[in-house]
Amino acid sequence: MDKSSEASKNSNTLIWGIIFIIGAIMLVWSMSTSRTGQVWVTPEQHAFTADADGKYSATDTPSSGDIEWVTYNVVPDSELTQEVIDSGSVTLSWSRTIGLWLAAIFTLFILSFLVGDNPAYKFAEALVVGTSAGYVMVIGIWDVFVPLLLGKLAPGFVQTAFLPGMDVSAGTQFLYIIPAILIIMLLFQLMPSGGWISRWPIAFFIGITAGYRMIGYVEADLVAQIKAGIVPLWVTGENGFAFWASFNAVLLTVATLSAMIYFFFSVEHKGFIGKTARIGIWFLMITFGASFGYTVMGRIALLAARLEFLFGDWLHFIPSS
Amino acid sequence: MLKILQNIDRRWVFLSMLLAVAIPVLAKTVFPVNISPQTMMVFNAIEDLPEGSRILLSYDFDPASQGELLPMAQAFTRHCSIKGHKQYYMALWPLGPPMVDLSIDTIESEYPNLVYGEDYMKFDYKTGGEAVIRMITQDLRGMFELDSKGVSLDEIPMTKNIKNIQDMDLIINVSAGDPGTKQWVQFAATPFGITTVSGCTGVQAPQMYPYIPEQLAGVLGAIKAAAEYEAAIDEVYPSIASNPKAQEAKRRMGPQLVAHSLMIGLIILGNIIFFVSRKRGLA
Amino acid sequence: MKRTVPLIIAIIAGFVLLIANFIPYAEGWGLKAQEWFNILAVGAMILGGGNLVKLHLIKISGQRKGWGYSAVTIGCFVGTLIFGLFKIGVHPNEIYPNVGWSGYYLEGGSGLWWIYQHMIVPLTSMMFAMLAFYVATAAFRAFRAKNTEATLLLVTAGVVLLGQTYAGVWLFEGWLPESMQWLRFDHLTEWVMNIPNTGGTRAITIGIALGVVATSLRILLGVDRSYLGQD
Repeated sequence: MDKSSEASKNSNTLIWGIIFIIGAIMLVWSMSTSRTGQVWVTPEQHAFTADADGKYSATDTPSSGDIEWVTYNVVPDSELTQEVIDSGSVTLSWSRTIGLWLAAIFTLFILSFLVGDNPAYKFAEALVVGTSAGYVMVIGIWDVFVPLLLGKLAPGFVQTAFLPGMDVSAGTQFLYIIPAILIIMLLFQLMPSGGWISRWPIAFFIGITAGYRMIGYVEADLVAQIKAGIVPLWVTGENGFAFWASFNAVLLTVATLSAMIYFFFSVEHKGFIGKTARIGIWFLMITFGASFGYTVMGRIALLAARLEFLFGDWLHFIPSS
Repeated sequence: MLKILQNIDRRWVFLSMLLAVAIPVLAKTVFPVNISPQTMMVFNAIEDLPEGSRILLSYDFDPASQGELLPMAQAFTRHCSIKGHKQYYMALWPLGPPMVDLSIDTIESEYPNLVYGEDYMKFDYKTGGEAVIRMITQDLRGMFELDSKGVSLDEIPMTKNIKNIQDMDLIINVSAGDPGTKQWVQFAATPFGITTVSGCTGVQAPQMYPYIPEQLAGVLGAIKAAAEYEAAIDEVYPSIASNPKAQEAKRRMGPQLVAHSLMIGLIILGNIIFFVSRKRGLA
Repeated sequence: MKRTVPLIIAIIAGFVLLIANFIPYAEGWGLKAQEWFNILAVGAMILGGGNLVKLHLIKISGQRKGWGYSAVTIGCFVGTLIFGLFKIGVHPNEIYPNVGWSGYYLEGGSGLWWIYQHMIVPLTSMMFAMLAFYVATAAFRAFRAKNTEATLLLVTAGVVLLGQTYAGVWLFEGWLPESMQWLRFDHLTEWVMNIPNTGGTRAITIGIALGVVATSLRILLGVDRSYLGQD
């Protein structure tokens, strides 16, 4: 082992050691002064009774044969006093408490990447990929596949099983077999052979997207933007010629034109064109500088939100968000 | 000294950033907020509408951008609720519906007088992004036959007379990328002239400025603009000013100041190292 | 069959949409095509999930490096699907309490909600928040005033960074005369955003629009066939 890698290993151990000690101190402090990571809930009874037509409505006095269930509402930390707990009106929710601890631990797993790549980070990464992909598929099936496709092909079944409010008067709409077939063809992409079958739906996608993009970009980003860029350079106000407004209008026009000339690569950037393109680069640099400033602001807000979660919702050092 | 600074372990920079954000969060540092004209454009677009105006709120973001965008989304909800506008919620991102749910929770807990279906309602998520926008500009029911509770739009008082979103008085889009503000501008605001305002991430905000004012009535860029918007609402509606939950963006500006100052410090220090090294022929 | 039919499908689909935009009679075709497009997008989601499983199963079966993480990914994917598709922990919709599967799949307290709230939210939001650390090191190591262009970028970034916080006001408080207030960083930021940024971004926007229009035309006219693959 060479000297530098040994030094790096030592510094890693030191950093991990310091992190664990600080973390442990914070956790012990939090646990000794508050209900760290605990989520308390109150039960809420829901009961529904049917009328003579079989239509259900909520009732406060349920009787046998009515449909009933219980949901739980989280008690905000600010309302959770020892008195409230002793009264028995609230209960500790184990599933939410475990969830909150896991959320905090997963947050720390991701944060651990700053010290270096490690198994905890990789584990968290694997979790996020799996759960996100599963979630997206679930929402796609319940919100789109069921109402927009299955609901057209088997309306009676969908109405009875999932969406009682759905209008089934149109009956089965056989035309929707086409998108159903296209979906099946798309899944051929997963097969070892016959992948070419998926080209049909992909071509449909591409064609529609090309059509969309063409319409959207021509109207909003080409015509409307060129129109918006044409502004009066001589601006007058109540007191006649407005110097600063005119200056800004000229500058805006110069910025747009010079930056566009920079992107115009069909002509060599020499002489007047070259000088104008150079000015264009300056304006683009100012644009990128502004973008960088805004990007930094966004990222810091995200970090602040995560620390608010750790220090607030979990450790209770600050009020929960 | 120069050599130490040149070879400094980047983890010290990470630690300084962590502290720059963590300390103000723990100290709950709040700074005054000056409201910019851009924020007032957005505020006025909602404020100047008569009570009961129809507003479509599309929350096109996910938990990854929640820290930056949720405060402004919640501020939009509070502003629309207190003004008594009809609120139609939707989401174009798969992870967006829970963001809408947070706004619905806010309405239910803070504005119990508002009734679902009469004052506010929610559409389901639909795949397709820009295709959904284009579709609902022409035929709302072609995309959303039911609301998120499974009730037909024809039976909901606030939707039964709506053919498409050209019937909306305003579109509010909270956006973290594509599909988002750009697509709302391309497929709703520009072709149909529907007044649209946007609240977007810092990454997107500079790209939206060319659309102002013809194609976009205003933009709230990231957490700073959200804090300004909260302040603008507070000035007009003191009942919201006394709600600590409605001050989230303002609270988040404390860490911003310290972290931005650190960034400036790091840029200056980096350049000092660069110029001194160059002078000594080390760079 | 393998190349000609998809090519025709792409051209027809694209032109149907274009025609529907200009001819009211064809509006119905356009709406139908858009609806199918949206439905087909779910197919793409399912395909994405299928691909994920396929790739990780190959990794597991070959016991390649890190296959344990692949097992975690597949476990989480399948678990989320089970909780979500079977609506585990979801109560019926209050309007239709007699229809067991009518409830909202993300109801508070349900299985999918638990996964979303305690796994997806903390993991995805922290991953994005990590960028705050990386922009800090980038600022320290890469932001150098090497030439005019870099200096302009750096100075603008500095002005915007300070102008976006109270520091942009506080630094000038008490000493800057009224007539010079425009020099305050918050005011300078507004100006940068409204004038140079708008001009520069407008040029980029118009440039991108031209590029997109050209690409779309190439596809619609059948010149660009790269999406059809090789064979």
